[in-house]
Amino acid sequence: MSDTEREAVIKVRGLRNQFGTQVVHENLDLDVWRGEVLGIVGGSGTGKSVLLRTIVGLNQPAAGSINVLGADVLHGSRAERLQAERRWGVAFQDGALFSSLTVMQNVMAPMREHLNLNHALMRALGQLKISLVGLPPLACGKLPSELSGGMRKRAALARALSLDPEIVFLDEPTAGLDPIGAAAYDDLIGELKRSLGLTVFMVTHDLDSLYAICDRIAVLAEKKVLVEGPIEDMTDVDHPWVQEYFTGPRARAAQSKT
Amino acid sequence: MAQPTFTFEDRDGQATVRLAGRLVTQHLNLVDDDFANTTAKSNSLRVDLSDLDALDTGGAWLIAHLQDRLERDGVRVDVAGADANQTALLRTVREALPSEKGVEDIPRGLLVWVSGIGAKTAGVGASMVSLLSFTGEMLTSLFGTILRPKRWRPAALVSQMQDAGFNAIPIVVLMSFLIGVVLSFQGASQLRQFGAEVFVVDLIAISILRELGILLTAIIVAGRSGSAFTASIGSMKVREELDAMRTLGLDPMEVLVLPRVIALIIMLPILGFIANVSGLVGGALMSWIELGVSPGMFVSRLQENTDVSHLVIGMAKAPFFAAVIGVVSCWQAMQVRGSADSVGHQTTISVVQSIFLVIVVDAMFSIFFAELGL
Repeated sequence: MSDTEREAVIKVRGLRNQFGTQVVHENLDLDVWRGEVLGIVGGSGTGKSVLLRTIVGLNQPAAGSINVLGADVLHGSRAERLQAERRWGVAFQDGALFSSLTVMQNVMAPMREHLNLNHALMRALGQLKISLVGLPPLACGKLPSELSGGMRKRAALARALSLDPEIVFLDEPTAGLDPIGAAAYDDLIGELKRSLGLTVFMVTHDLDSLYAICDRIAVLAEKKVLVEGPIEDMTDVDHPWVQEYFTGPRARAAQSKT
Repeated sequence: MAQPTFTFEDRDGQATVRLAGRLVTQHLNLVDDDFANTTAKSNSLRVDLSDLDALDTGGAWLIAHLQDRLERDGVRVDVAGADANQTALLRTVREALPSEKGVEDIPRGLLVWVSGIGAKTAGVGASMVSLLSFTGEMLTSLFGTILRPKRWRPAALVSQMQDAGFNAIPIVVLMSFLIGVVLSFQGASQLRQFGAEVFVVDLIAISILRELGILLTAIIVAGRSGSAFTASIGSMKVREELDAMRTLGLDPMEVLVLPRVIALIIMLPILGFIANVSGLVGGALMSWIELGVSPGMFVSRLQENTDVSHLVIGMAKAPFFAAVIGVVSCWQAMQVRGSADSVGHQTTISVVQSIFLVIVVDAMFSIFFAELGL
C-alpha cells in the first residue's frame, strides 16, 4: 500500500510522558494504519503500556497530540471523546473483567450503557461475541473468578468487541498463556482482523505473535519509537537491543515456525 | 449517518429482502422487528446487500440469524450483492452462531429461592464448624509459638497494637464521653421526678463500668479494626500472597493472624479502661451542669457507693470480646474467594458477626455473673 491510500486511524505526535523527574517518552511519533496489526515491543520500562494507556485516555501526557479516528483525544470536547471511545475497545492484561458480573453481563455492560437495544437482542449479540472469541456457551453464566487465565483474556476480548469497535487495543494478550492457547489466540486475532476489518494495536513480548500476525512492528527504545516496519526489516536495524531481540535464539526459533 | 432500511418484496414468487444504509449494532433496534417478522411464503428468499453502506457483527448476526431460522423451516436463503469483506464477516458470524439451547443462564424462580434458603441454613452449620476449626488451628499455632520466643513477631505485634489500639483512642474517648453525657442527662430528667437526682452517679458508674464502656468500645473496634483485618488479609488472599507465604515456609496463621488477635487482646482492655474514664468524666460534667452535683461530690459518691467489682467485671470481659473480634474477622478473611467483590462481602459479614457475637458473649457473661451473685 502506498502512503496515499492508507489511512492513519491513530496519529501520535510529539508525545511526552513523564512521572516526576523520570521521562518515559520524549517527542514520540507514531502512526497506526487502518486494518493493520501493529505490535509494540520494547524492553521492560520503555513505556509500552504507558503508551497504550495514553492513547486510550487513561494517562494525561505532559505534551504532544493524539488523534484517534479523527478525534482529538487530549484536547477535544467531551462529546468528541465519547464518540471516539465507542469506536475502540481495550482488553487489559489480566482481563479487568467486572468481578461481580457474569461473563455475559460483562459483555453486555457496554451495550447497556451506549446502545438502545432490547434485552433479547443484546443477549443474542453477547452470545455471538462470546462465541466469536472461542469461549464455550457454558462460560456465559460464569463469574470471572471461575475462569482460567486464558478464558479471562478471551472474555476480555469479547467485552472489548462488544460495541463492534474499529480499533482494538490489546495489552500483552498472550502473556501467561500456554503455547497452544497463545497460538489459538493469535489465530483468533488474525481471523477477527480479516473478517471484521479490525485495526489492532498490540503490546506484546511474544515473538511468536509478532511473526504470526503482526503486519508491522514498532520498537520503543530511547524514549521514542526507535524504528517501525515489517518484522523482516528488524534484523537489519543497527541497534544493539533490536539486534539482540530479533536475532536472539528465541527469535530464530519463532521465525523458523512461520 | 444513514440509518438502515429494510424492504421486503414478493414478486413472481421470489421473495426479496433489500437492505440499505448502515446495518450496524448502533441502529439494530430500527430493523430488529422487521427481521423477526420476516417469513417467506415461498421456499426461497433472497437477501440483497448491494445497497448496504456498512455492516458489522451486529448486522451480520441479524442476517445470519434470519438465514438460520428460515433454513430450519426449509427455506433456501441466498445472500446476494455482498462484497468480499461482507461475505467473510457473514461466514465468521454464521460459524460462531451459538447453538440454540447451549447457553446456560443463572437460574431464577421460586424453586431456586427455596433451595437457597435451605443452602443458607445448612451453611450456618458448616460455617460454625469452620469457625471452630479455625479457632483450633489458631490455638495450635499459638501454643506452637508461645514456647519458642524466637518465633515471636514483636514488630508485627506492636504495629498492630498501634493500628488497632493506639490510633483508636480518640474515637473511643469521644464516643464514651458522649455516652456519659447522654446517660447523665437522661438519668437526671427521670430521677428528678423522685427527687433522687444524686443517684445519677450510681446510674452512670454502674452502667458504664459494668456494661457500656467495654461493650461500646468492642463495637467500635469491631467496626474499625475487625473490618480492616478482614479486608487486608482478604485482599492478600485474592492476590495469592497467602499461598506465596506458605510456599516460603511461613505460616499465615503465625505471621498475620496471631499478631492481630494478640494485639486486640492486649489493647481492647486498655481501650475499655480509657472509655470508662472518659465516660465517667462526661457523666460528671453533665451532672454538674444539669444537677449541680459538684465533681468532688461525684467522686466521693463514686467511691462510697460503687463497688470496685463493677469495674473488674467490666474489664474481665474485654479480652474475650477482643478474641471474638480478632478470630471472627481473620476467619472471615480466610473465607474470601477469588474476587474483589468477595472481599467487600466478607468484610460486611465479618463486622456484623463480630458485633453480634460480642453481644451474645456479653449476655452470657451477664447470666454467668448473675448466677455467681456478683
